[in-house]
Amino acid sequence: MAEKKSLLKRLAEGQVWTSIFRGGGVPKSRRQRMMVVLNSVFLHLHPVRLPKHAVKLKYTWCMGGLSFFLFLILTISGILLMFYYRPTIEYAYTDIIDLTEQVPFGIMREIHRWGAHAMVITVWLHMFRVFMTGSYKPPREFNWAIGVVLLLLTLLLSFTGYLLPWDQLAIWAITVGSNMARATPFLGSEGPGAAMLAIGDINFVTVASDVRFALIGGRFLGEATLLRFYVLHCIGLPFVIMIFMAVHFWRIRKDGGISTPV
Amino acid sequence: MDGFKHLVDTLSRPTILVTFTFLIFFFIFPPSDWFEKWHRRLKFDGLWSKKSLWIITAILVGFFVFGLGDSDFRSIMLKPDNVPITGLIFLLFFFTWIAMSQAYKNDALQEAGLPVDEQYDAPNDKVLVWPDLVYVELISIVLCSAFMLIWSIGLPAPLEEPANPSESPNPAKAPWYFLGLQEMLVYFDPWMAGVVLPSLIILGLMAIPYLDNNSEGSGYYSYKNRKLSISIFMFGWLILWNLLIVIGTALRGPNWNFFGPFEYWDSHKVEALTNVNLSEFIYVKWMSTGLPTSILFREIWGILIVLGYFLVLPPLLAKTKLKGMYERLGAARYSLFIVLILAALTLPIKMYLRWMFNLKYIIAIPEYFFNF
Repeated sequence: MAEKKSLLKRLAEGQVWTSIFRGGGVPKSRRQRMMVVLNSVFLHLHPVRLPKHAVKLKYTWCMGGLSFFLFLILTISGILLMFYYRPTIEYAYTDIIDLTEQVPFGIMREIHRWGAHAMVITVWLHMFRVFMTGSYKPPREFNWAIGVVLLLLTLLLSFTGYLLPWDQLAIWAITVGSNMARATPFLGSEGPGAAMLAIGDINFVTVASDVRFALIGGRFLGEATLLRFYVLHCIGLPFVIMIFMAVHFWRIRKDGGISTPV
Repeated sequence: MDGFKHLVDTLSRPTILVTFTFLIFFFIFPPSDWFEKWHRRLKFDGLWSKKSLWIITAILVGFFVFGLGDSDFRSIMLKPDNVPITGLIFLLFFFTWIAMSQAYKNDALQEAGLPVDEQYDAPNDKVLVWPDLVYVELISIVLCSAFMLIWSIGLPAPLEEPANPSESPNPAKAPWYFLGLQEMLVYFDPWMAGVVLPSLIILGLMAIPYLDNNSEGSGYYSYKNRKLSISIFMFGWLILWNLLIVIGTALRGPNWNFFGPFEYWDSHKVEALTNVNLSEFIYVKWMSTGLPTSILFREIWGILIVLGYFLVLPPLLAKTKLKGMYERLGAARYSLFIVLILAALTLPIKMYLRWMFNLKYIIAIPEYFFNF
């Protein structure tokens, strides 16, 4: 008589399961458990084995992982928001109101906004942890620098998203922020040195050609600013940050995985 | 009760709050042996014990709960976009405690000649990613998702009136994570506070691994063998970055005037400010001659001071007080390090010059938008 197998085991050894999860079966032996990681495109970001402190929350705080997870939450909720939101002065604000009042289960904007704040905090704390464990030391110096770029990109993503609701909070926060650009040395119309970039009476750096103008697409915050920030927020910066994230994760592995005492 | 609120309002004035944190900071995070001696004598090492964690958390929570009874405090702290910074205050303390308590534990272990907590015996001490790590990740993901859902259901995202370019709110604030930079605008012109200093922060952060050539303390929490670097980092991170954000978020009201946490944001509060430039001090107040017409002649004193600060001071220090550091780091590392540190120190220096002498600019050339 054939041995009786549990439903789970039969499923795990069936054709469908084995075709999806290479190897198949419930991973029980040491070898099988290693193969699970090696055989999955998502899991193989990890090494197969780790030092024991790498799984301790006390050591890692899990902040890097949570930053990435929040980035995924933000990407998904952001895509859903794009279904409803039109980046024009005419519609932006009312589309946001529609999001809360008309869309079923309308907490996508909340998830997106609070997720963005949370990601800023987790990224900061991740950097704090990496510093406190001295994990930026050789051979991880360059990955720390990549991390600083990721921090900057996170802040820029949050900053560009801040404008999109097109309410008083949004435009005045961005006004405060973008006015700084006006004072950029040499590149801003009110920055030190800008007046030197001139031939005779013709100034090259004016309110209509300086770095602030490039940032907000005009002399004042308006339709062009909204479109620019929208494109940067939804396509431009995510594109850049994903490249840097890929390098960041790849370098973690190449530099020997989680930092350990030498 | 009102007496206590008034006391808190007074103590949180930037002059008092910043001075107090500056004075106490290096005894809590000692950068050198001398400070460490006093650190132990003043019993600050007890901060990283379990008992202190509970006591300080209780004080923080108690203060917060008490504060929520006050409508002014409530309106600032529970403003939806300020909630993250309120949370950050607790998180900062908690994670500083976690890091420091483990560092002190490892320091003690090393002193006793024992291996640190993170020391492992490869390959015997290795664990498998499946299932040991993926479980941790799964649980973190589930908890994080639950947390985000509860937060999102409980607290609606802020939405104010439609944008109106002709009606500016007072105060107009940047998002909370940039409020440290906005706070710097009080002491610096936008080209410094908004462009040069933020760029130096990014550059300085990236330079950390190349400047810190101390190979000790890599891959485990420790304090003793990297005192100076941790102390400097903590000063930048906790004081110059986060404390300024808290001040900018919670303590700055209409017209960017200072308001205590229990103070009503009165937009008619008047603070007499007669800020004076260095050149005016020299020519008008001391020499009573009036400002010279030539810009160079007028600002030469400020220019000399700034040049001296950035060009003469570093080699001087390298020969005297920081001789040991200069030898340890070498010329290139030392130069970058000292310029970054001096640039960071311009902020506290300008704060005190403002508070003590109402000094506005050391170099003031508004003709070319160059004010420093």
